[in-house]
Amino acid sequence: MRTDDFVHALAVDRTPSHASTGRQFAVALAIGFAVSALAFWWTLGPRPDIATAAMTVRFDFKITEALLLAATAIALALRLAQPGAATAAQKWVLCLAPVLLAVAVIAELVVVPASQWPIRLVGSMSVMCLTAIPLLSLPLLAAMLLALRRSAPTRRTAAGAVAGLVAGGLAAALYGTQCIDDSPLFVATWYTLSIGMVAGLGAVLGRRVLYW
Amino acid sequence: MSERDMKWADMMRAANRGDAESYERLLRQIAAALRPVVRRGLARAGRSGADIEDIVQEVLLAVHLKRHTWDDARPIEPWIHAIARYKVIDALRRRDGNFDLPIEDFAETLAAEEETPRLSSGEAERHLARLPEGQRAVVSAIAVEGAAIAEVAVRLNMSVGAVRVALHRGLAALARHLGDN
Repeated sequence: MRTDDFVHALAVDRTPSHASTGRQFAVALAIGFAVSALAFWWTLGPRPDIATAAMTVRFDFKITEALLLAATAIALALRLAQPGAATAAQKWVLCLAPVLLAVAVIAELVVVPASQWPIRLVGSMSVMCLTAIPLLSLPLLAAMLLALRRSAPTRRTAAGAVAGLVAGGLAAALYGTQCIDDSPLFVATWYTLSIGMVAGLGAVLGRRVLYW
Repeated sequence: MSERDMKWADMMRAANRGDAESYERLLRQIAAALRPVVRRGLARAGRSGADIEDIVQEVLLAVHLKRHTWDDARPIEPWIHAIARYKVIDALRRRDGNFDLPIEDFAETLAAEEETPRLSSGEAERHLARLPEGQRAVVSAIAVEGAAIAEVAVRLNMSVGAVRVALHRGLAALARHLGDN
């Protein structure tokens, strides 16, 4: 096939390609979050004392932290979806949530007596946390991978892992409204582990399914 | 941003507004700029230049099918470099196993002088044969024989819309097949 003729075929194919990457992401996140939120409502639902909990610093921090991780991961995923887009600034911004969490852990260690540390760290629902966050993240991860597939990630493993951070972060924000363990010690251990599992799954899947 | 980047970005924006001529010119210029890059990649992999046109066509197809991922407020050359690098490495890995290319190769050689096309070794044709009958007939009439959409519609007794759909689906399927082997 001569490249000239091939180019002609491409030029006459006026069928618009997909919507812009930003719009793909918006739709994917809206649908993924709706499904995850419904599943959460059906199975767990927010804790009964959520109104009082929302007035405590630890609860608010937990939810904010999860949303911050998701938002900064979305910014990086958008860049990874577009070939040749610079990612350095977004990578630095992605460090915000972990740094903030580290600060909160130190603050908690200062404020709370050492005898309380193991109790706060182990919490009461760690297994639930490790199960619920990955499960709730699945619809979000699927939607994100689909949106990424329609774009053009040149680093598939990284893009998949960041999609996992988005999904895990949003799922953690949902689950966090049910979870009664609010200490940063608990969050830094079990939430991080849960979200890390989702990121790992995203990396493995991304490598395989984000091929284009 | 280089002068050529501005020119190419203008052409792509015109293409997105429906200017097919400008789009065709742009793709030809990209093809000409890609040839030395692909040649160098093949040389590094210790291969002859016989596959150049196949790989160039694969990159062009990716540029075409992924054109919605270019943000038209940004420079276009880095976007093309990244797609070309991804596709060239992919094509070489499929042929030779593990292979990597330094990214600088693209920045340099995309700016180098252009080269004239040669016939492809026919990889795309082999993959064309795997498309469903309708798509294969449309894509080969347009891409191999250079026929116009309206002409193909009359010849295959299809509506113009159906020809367009078959062409688009055929090209997308071709891209998937090229990545398969």
